[in-house]
Amino acid sequence: MIPTSFAAAISDPLFAKGFGLAVLITILVKVVVAFAVLMVSVMLMIWFERKVISDMQNRIGPNRAGPFGLLQTLADGTKLFFKEDLLPERADRLVFRLAPYFSVIPAFLIFTVVPVGGVVTIAGHVVELQVADPPIGILVVLALSSLAVYGTMLAGWSSGSKYPLLGSVRASAQMISYEAVLGLTVVVVVLEAHGLSTRAIVDSQASAFWHWNVIRLGVIPFVLFFIASTAELNRPPFDLSEGESELGGGYHTEYSSIRFALFFLAEFMNTVTMSAVVVTLFFGGPDGPGFHVVRWLWPILWFAGKTVVFCYIQVWIRAALPRLRYDQLMDLGWKRLIPLALAWLLIVAGFVWSLAWGFAIIGGCIVAGLMLAQSMKVARLRRDELSLAGERGEGGDVVPALGSAERVGG
Amino acid sequence: MPGLNFFGGFKQAIKQVAEPRVTTEYPKQKRPKPPRLHGRHVLNRYEDGMEKCIGCELCAAVCPADCIYVRGADNPEDAPVSPGERYGFVYEINYLRCIHCDMCVEACPTEAITESKMFEFSFTSRADAIYTKAELLVDDEGRPRRLPWEDWREGEDANTSAWMRATSPAGSAAYEGEVQWSGELGYGVRAPEGGQSNKRDDEATGNISLRETLANKIPSRFGGKVR
Repeated sequence: MIPTSFAAAISDPLFAKGFGLAVLITILVKVVVAFAVLMVSVMLMIWFERKVISDMQNRIGPNRAGPFGLLQTLADGTKLFFKEDLLPERADRLVFRLAPYFSVIPAFLIFTVVPVGGVVTIAGHVVELQVADPPIGILVVLALSSLAVYGTMLAGWSSGSKYPLLGSVRASAQMISYEAVLGLTVVVVVLEAHGLSTRAIVDSQASAFWHWNVIRLGVIPFVLFFIASTAELNRPPFDLSEGESELGGGYHTEYSSIRFALFFLAEFMNTVTMSAVVVTLFFGGPDGPGFHVVRWLWPILWFAGKTVVFCYIQVWIRAALPRLRYDQLMDLGWKRLIPLALAWLLIVAGFVWSLAWGFAIIGGCIVAGLMLAQSMKVARLRRDELSLAGERGEGGDVVPALGSAERVGG
Repeated sequence: MPGLNFFGGFKQAIKQVAEPRVTTEYPKQKRPKPPRLHGRHVLNRYEDGMEKCIGCELCAAVCPADCIYVRGADNPEDAPVSPGERYGFVYEINYLRCIHCDMCVEACPTEAITESKMFEFSFTSRADAIYTKAELLVDDEGRPRRLPWEDWREGEDANTSAWMRATSPAGSAAYEGEVQWSGELGYGVRAPEGGQSNKRDDEATGNISLRETLANKIPSRFGGKVR
């Protein structure tokens, strides 16, 4: 479809009456408010994470700066800002300076397409409570989360040091593998929502909680998306890229001062925005029972409440699960999550087409799964035979080390 | 099958939210300190206000960190500072060197130098780190002087010589629980701390038994508070 005008190319109803001063001011206000809210929410998220995790570890947590330690993040930020900014001698200077922004800017931009509230009418203009509503909203989220890989990757590479490099290699491999899961689950949502715009996705789930995608599509896509997004953000238990016990901090080992703070800002901002994206995709976004007093406020409260719940779950996961080993991470991504996401996508696609196709694809998936399981069983038996033969010295040029090591470790 | 108890970790983590905290809000709230804790020193006085230090320099001699500097002088005949011939007219401790080993307390023949329980102090200059007699000597009520850079709390200045009274100054087990020390300004002759004998008065000495201190870590079936 060739857009007939600028307004038609953008699904945002704000541009329905053309582009005037009022529209410009509205956009500016939305941008500034979103920026401020995001910065404050990051500050609170860091405090929230530290408090919750100390609750779960029988500690008190930050309690000195401000009431309940609320201003601890501000104090930390101020301290980091005034620290000496070190530039390693062997660093690639330009890239080293640039990398933190590759992390921070996508983190900011993802939030712009998340609908935080309903639709309000201000002075005759229909205003959607989100910074931008591009017709390809959810693709923007995916694109920006892939862009964030560059921040991590370039930071590690440009440091000119081995631990950051190892961390960044891990991070890029991990983020790219889990991106596939992220994409496949988003496709499931898009199939049901008939649109890529985040507003369309939210609208398709409106009015009742059994219309929410988490229930409508089965719980599986939500679980897969949540696991994949946790891995995409390098949050525990998938924080191999900064594994303190192995890499001394990972990709940001060589960073100090405000650049280090920017990485941290990005990390926690991503936690908030990914919770927001999960709410948008699977939990109806701002959908929830509203009341007649201050009608526009209720959707925002619902959205904020749901986001906080997911932030809490993220912290809970961090408190409960130990870090994965690298091969476990790759196993989980490629051997479990991706096949499951693919199968679920096919099943949902079948049911969207017709009931018969749906059941046929379920059958097909079961048959394919059994065949896969059988082939893996055969492969495992064969491998054990080979490794046994290798141990007895009969295996010729077969190297048994991999098989036997895996049996011990796994 | 691995991962069968996958949610056990989550359950364990969320259960901890209701459990009591093992840490305290430190600068606001402090744990009671054991009475024998080695803190910063005080120079004691007799009940009549005379100084106990006789300027013998045994503390300076025994100090492994070499942080004590003492000079003795003859007592002025018209206004003696200590009972006896001599008194310490210079007494300095450098807290940048002191390791709080309490060797000086053991060496002192007159129980003049003992350690309080106060260890929370810091300085912004090296000069402040050197305590002189003006800072070390107890005041007219027999209390340690509270300096602006020290974090004293109510009641912490009461037990300044408990370590010495834990066993007898003679160092012999046979005298454990026997009073072998002189009185102190403001307190009189203090009670012996409960050792292994039954001659103990925990309320007078401020002694907290280890079992009580660690109650939060001992299961209830052994008399502690852990469920």
